[in-house]
Amino acid sequence: MIEALQFEFMRNALLAGLLASIACGVIGTFVVVNRMVFISGGIAHAAYGGIGLAFFFGLSPTLGILGFSLLVSVLMAAVSLKAKHRADTIIGVLWALGMALGVILLDLTPGYNVDLMSYLFGSILTVPTYDLWLMLILNGLIVLSIGFFYHDLLALSYDEDFARVRGVSVNILYFLLMAMIALSVVIIIQVVGLILVIALLTISPYIAEKFSGSLLEMMFYSVLLNLFFTLAGLWISYSFNLTSGASIIMVGAGCFFVSLLIEYLKPKLSTH
Amino acid sequence: MDSPIIEIRNLWFSFNGQPVLKEVNLTINPGDFLAIIGPNGGGKTTLLKLMLGLLKPDLGNISVLGHSPKEAAPRIGYVPQEIGVNKSFPISVLNVVLMGRMRGGGGWRRFSTADTMTAQKALERMEMWEYHKYRMEELSGGQRQRVFVARALVAEPEIFFLDEPTSSVDTKGQSDFYTFLKELNKTVTIIVVSHDLSIVSSYVKSVACVNQELISHDAPEITGEMLDMAYHCPVELIAHGLPHRVLRAHKD
Repeated sequence: MIEALQFEFMRNALLAGLLASIACGVIGTFVVVNRMVFISGGIAHAAYGGIGLAFFFGLSPTLGILGFSLLVSVLMAAVSLKAKHRADTIIGVLWALGMALGVILLDLTPGYNVDLMSYLFGSILTVPTYDLWLMLILNGLIVLSIGFFYHDLLALSYDEDFARVRGVSVNILYFLLMAMIALSVVIIIQVVGLILVIALLTISPYIAEKFSGSLLEMMFYSVLLNLFFTLAGLWISYSFNLTSGASIIMVGAGCFFVSLLIEYLKPKLSTH
Repeated sequence: MDSPIIEIRNLWFSFNGQPVLKEVNLTINPGDFLAIIGPNGGGKTTLLKLMLGLLKPDLGNISVLGHSPKEAAPRIGYVPQEIGVNKSFPISVLNVVLMGRMRGGGGWRRFSTADTMTAQKALERMEMWEYHKYRMEELSGGQRQRVFVARALVAEPEIFFLDEPTSSVDTKGQSDFYTFLKELNKTVTIIVVSHDLSIVSSYVKSVACVNQELISHDAPEITGEMLDMAYHCPVELIAHGLPHRVLRAHKD
């Protein structure tokens, strides 16, 4: 693995993995504690519409994903605030609509010959330096805004009614959180692709929640876990010539089931 | 006579087209200890949320401390139902209490040493300071409830709203808790929502019964009218272990 570092694509892959781990750990923590997994999946899949738009109009695909997933996240946030009891249905529709739009726009794009698999399943080994800079900027935005509103977001996640009574602008912060999910989706798509986004957003915070004393600790451990998943996945992918995104998720899923097993066995072992 | 601390005039509220509250009028005076009783689904919690500004009435007017509920909300100590809060959330007891000191609007550093001192005092008052480093999920239901009371206390509120505060507490814990509230009532107005009628006789000063409509009574008594409205059948109430009649004697 060390000799692989002499290649630029490998160094870029490691940097992309690091950036994605930070975004996933920070945002995934809020996704898990606020039970926003479905809505995050919706944003990630609808982002395919952004890819279609980008190719149709000859724009940068990454910018297409960014713009479109931001738009979808705002729509979904408005729907889940206004029509709570039917939000899941409408999110499901937007999810499919985004993907269908992407497919049709790509049909209509004359002579495109892009490897779409890389958007669906990620291509960490081909992340261009230009995208790395964009990922860095988005990461900075995520960490700064979550840091600035940490206590408000904590209160809103823990007890929404109490947060409102204390004067926290819950609705505005909800839009902010959704926009941050959209930004992290843009980053994660580079690494594992839009179909596997949910796994990277949820597995590590779920494991970290068990031994964290605060949201901040949960974010920190989630970032470390994600870093481990990405490095181990990359190593497996490099050694056995497997798809990198899927290898990363396999490591994560393996750890997920090990953590469930430990949780199941723990009370049995401590009674003896 | 002081002006009322909360005044509700001709309040109507519906949810999904179903009427929840009809023509509710209620005046609460400073220093009162009011119990809002009534059947489940009768609109008790809804009335509380309207007074907190969490819900908006269809019709009618609510004034709290002379302002709209939303403006007055930061001056209210709110203790929600214990079951409504995500139990496995990774948060320590102290951080839950500090939440009561926050004002929205972001910022990098939020809590001062004074905030932490206030939180410590509130936890000591609730006999929960020794648990301040525990995760919330490690506590019992009753202990969690005491932490939520401490969280409301640190805001130094003028009115205290409690929603079913003793639903997960045993009988001994319940009477201890209401004794504490009675003590607290010397300085703040208290409004408690409960389906437990036995508290009425020995702790509160007035009663309101809600089942879509509202009947209030300026004495710690449940009137026959209230029971009829709430349960649609005459019920004889036996308050356990207390030498006090909750219902008036039958006339016939």
